Amino acid sequence: MAAAGRLRGWLPIALVVVAGGVLALALSERYHHRILTLVLLWATMGLAWNIISGYAGQTSFGHQAFFGIGAYVTVLLILKAGLTPWLGVLAGAIVAVAAAVLIGIPTFRLAGIYFALATLAYPLILRIVMDFAGYQEVAIPMARERPTLFMQFAEPRAYDLLALGVFAATLALSHVIEGSRLGYSLVALRENEQAAEAAGVDTFRCKMLAYMLSAAPAAIVGAVYAHAILYVVTPEAAFGVLVIVQTLVVCLVGGAGSKWGPVIGAAVMVPISETLDATIGDRVPGIQGVVYGAALVLIILFAPEGLYWRVRSLLRGRRPAPTSSALAPPAAALVTGGPAVIGGDLLVVGDVSKAFLGLQALSDVSFAIREHEILGIIGPNGAGKTTLFNVLNGFLVPDRGAVLLRGRPVSGLRPSAICRRGVGRTFQVVRAFPRLTVLDNVMVGAFVRDRQRDRAEVRARAALAVVALSHRADAAPTELTTLELRLMELARCLAGAPALVLLDEPLAGLSGDGVSVMIELIRRLRADGTTVAIIEHTMQALLRLADRLVVLDQGRRIAAGAPADVTRDPAVIEAYLGTRWLRHAESLRT
Amino acid sequence: MAVAELLQYIVTGLLVGGVYALMSIGLALIFGVMRVVNFAQGDFMMLGMYLTYYLAVAWHTDPLLGAIVVIPPFFVLGLVVHRTLLVHVTGGGDPQRQMDAQLILTLGLSLIITNVTTMVLSPMPRGIKTAYATRAFALGAVLVNEARAYAFLMALLLAAVVYAFLTRTDLGKALRAAADDPEAAAYQAIDVRRMHALAFAIGIALVAAAGGLLATYHPIEPTVAVNFIVLMFVAVVLGGLGSVPGAFAGGILIGLVQSLTLLVLPFQLQNVGVFVAFLLVLYLRPQGLFGRRLRSV
Repeated sequence: MAAAGRLRGWLPIALVVVAGGVLALALSERYHHRILTLVLLWATMGLAWNIISGYAGQTSFGHQAFFGIGAYVTVLLILKAGLTPWLGVLAGAIVAVAAAVLIGIPTFRLAGIYFALATLAYPLILRIVMDFAGYQEVAIPMARERPTLFMQFAEPRAYDLLALGVFAATLALSHVIEGSRLGYSLVALRENEQAAEAAGVDTFRCKMLAYMLSAAPAAIVGAVYAHAILYVVTPEAAFGVLVIVQTLVVCLVGGAGSKWGPVIGAAVMVPISETLDATIGDRVPGIQGVVYGAALVLIILFAPEGLYWRVRSLLRGRRPAPTSSALAPPAAALVTGGPAVIGGDLLVVGDVSKAFLGLQALSDVSFAIREHEILGIIGPNGAGKTTLFNVLNGFLVPDRGAVLLRGRPVSGLRPSAICRRGVGRTFQVVRAFPRLTVLDNVMVGAFVRDRQRDRAEVRARAALAVVALSHRADAAPTELTTLELRLMELARCLAGAPALVLLDEPLAGLSGDGVSVMIELIRRLRADGTTVAIIEHTMQALLRLADRLVVLDQGRRIAAGAPADVTRDPAVIEAYLGTRWLRHAESLRT
Repeated sequence: MAVAELLQYIVTGLLVGGVYALMSIGLALIFGVMRVVNFAQGDFMMLGMYLTYYLAVAWHTDPLLGAIVVIPPFFVLGLVVHRTLLVHVTGGGDPQRQMDAQLILTLGLSLIITNVTTMVLSPMPRGIKTAYATRAFALGAVLVNEARAYAFLMALLLAAVVYAFLTRTDLGKALRAAADDPEAAAYQAIDVRRMHALAFAIGIALVAAAGGLLATYHPIEPTVAVNFIVLMFVAVVLGGLGSVPGAFAGGILIGLVQSLTLLVLPFQLQNVGVFVAFLLVLYLRPQGLFGRRLRSV
């Protein structure tokens, strides 16, 4: 069934490509061929941009850098080395990918607006440098003897087919990405970067990979555009604002984040603007700019998600809500745990200290989490509990001290790396990927253990079955109750088959029934061989659940041991109830 | 190299930087209060240049005076643009998506303004002829172009007025409160949306005035915005996104960097120095040279 489903995914792609081929052969007027070539090239450029800015949500305002690099490298190689553009295109793509790495390394450390602004600078610099280097106007030399070798065709169909080839390859690339671990990871990091990292997505690596995959087609489009349309490459045409504007228009009108968005956007916008340019462009210079500007303003005001998503949600709205397939959930246990006998130390925290600008959040905290136990970490608000979890899962690097997982240090590793070594976590306030279905949310976690999509889905469904959420697999997180959200987040964490799960206040906001469900579930996890550490600030629930308690107060560990002993510890009573109660408790005892 | 030559470059950079500073504080005010990066800011500057030009052509209004005259109409234009467009992409919603929507919306607006201006007024560059544009004071060995000196002084004056408004008046304080913490400001009965409108209108009026001052020595054409919007971004980032005094300092600094780049690089690469400085600040001190780091961005 999965194979058939996969084939069905390729069918519309094949149809679109065949339609493009038929158009290329059927059209007769030269001018119509020009429009077709342009539609295909801008659709491809849009698809390229969509990989980094649509899927991964890293809005790049500098993608014309790669387009221009492709155009210039190819054309300069013809001029200086006599190299055929068929190879020059590859060289251009390689230079663009290298440029993507060089730009990406410093720039992906920036988020949001800072990232967008930084990407803006690169094409500007390249443009000035090309001007200065004397390449204000680089004409592609005519190759009369061997035109085909130099990508120079008298027949306009040839350019259509060339553009169609590049387009088809990029569309296929986008399709593969959408169904792959990388695609899920990119969307996850777009929706919530920290949650993605904690669920095992190496966000930096994924962004970089997406950027490289996005730079190559952009460079190839630039090279083909130079041969099919420009003939004379100028810094303005290669690195200018209009390149990124066309790209943005195509993607946003069509809808970013899906491979069909740029295709629809290009099919709608390019013919409109070309026709206007051809009919009244002479009398009204700048009409193209106005049309693009108006398209951007109107789409943001009336359909900010783009045509593809708008139409899709209209179609979805009419259909009855999809019910989950009534397949019996796979009964296989997620974790192949033996009998849950409390064993040796799984995770050791040694003298960990962490300060924020003078506030000592943790000072010299030491304790161990033993295999197959449920460890409760309690303490009043501000005791440093969440900071401790952030150190354990790698969000924070301790100032001093070390965290050892099975005897090997993990502090300093990326959260995704720590997750892959078997430490999963949930958050005090659930961090879902809001625009992914419940199943897809869990899939992101499942990819930690299985790179292959179908097997990851099996894992994800099994994790949903464990938390009894299978019936909500196709729901959106926004439709879930607080309990269901917490269960979904737990399933995402369990899908990665962690040895240790860190639960940050899993009971917060739950009703009495919800608390029972969650407690029952945590007990079962332990029975299946998972080790659990839970943060709570109310002691009540943990007394029932935990094998041992660690008590934090003002960043220090003030007690550790069996629940019954800890609750009698004077230091704990003082931290929770104050000194007056401590005296009261002591007088009761004597 | 002679000290006089160095001084000449510094003075030139300083004078140009003053006008950049005035442009940039408009953008900084809009970002500070609304968290909107306005791509169309340069186009409003261009429109300010044209209005100043036509005032000079029609009534022989001196551009230094014209730069003041354009303030009220552009304030109103700012209110209108805010009311019709910006309200739809500010206030509430996922910050990343809002930011994208704002950038795209203002980029679209910028395209429309540039191209409609090209259609209506033709792409031909124009200039305002003043007696002082070609005169210069001599300060020792350093020559100071009169037009640039007057524009600089006017820019300083306007910036001082804005600063006094922001720090001394209740309305200005309300504006700053809305910028610092919109939620807390709302609890203090400050109408945050009204503050957005006010910030946008002031921001547009200021950049139009800066355009008027620039018109005393810079050619006026529909595409002039492209060259300046990036300089404004750089100044605002240099000063710490959203900080008005920071943007002022950033503007001055850019004038200096641009001018001093000429000492080491040829004229055509003048702006490379600016862009490299921009990237360095983004990478090494994204909170700006003087600013605090933004909380959510």
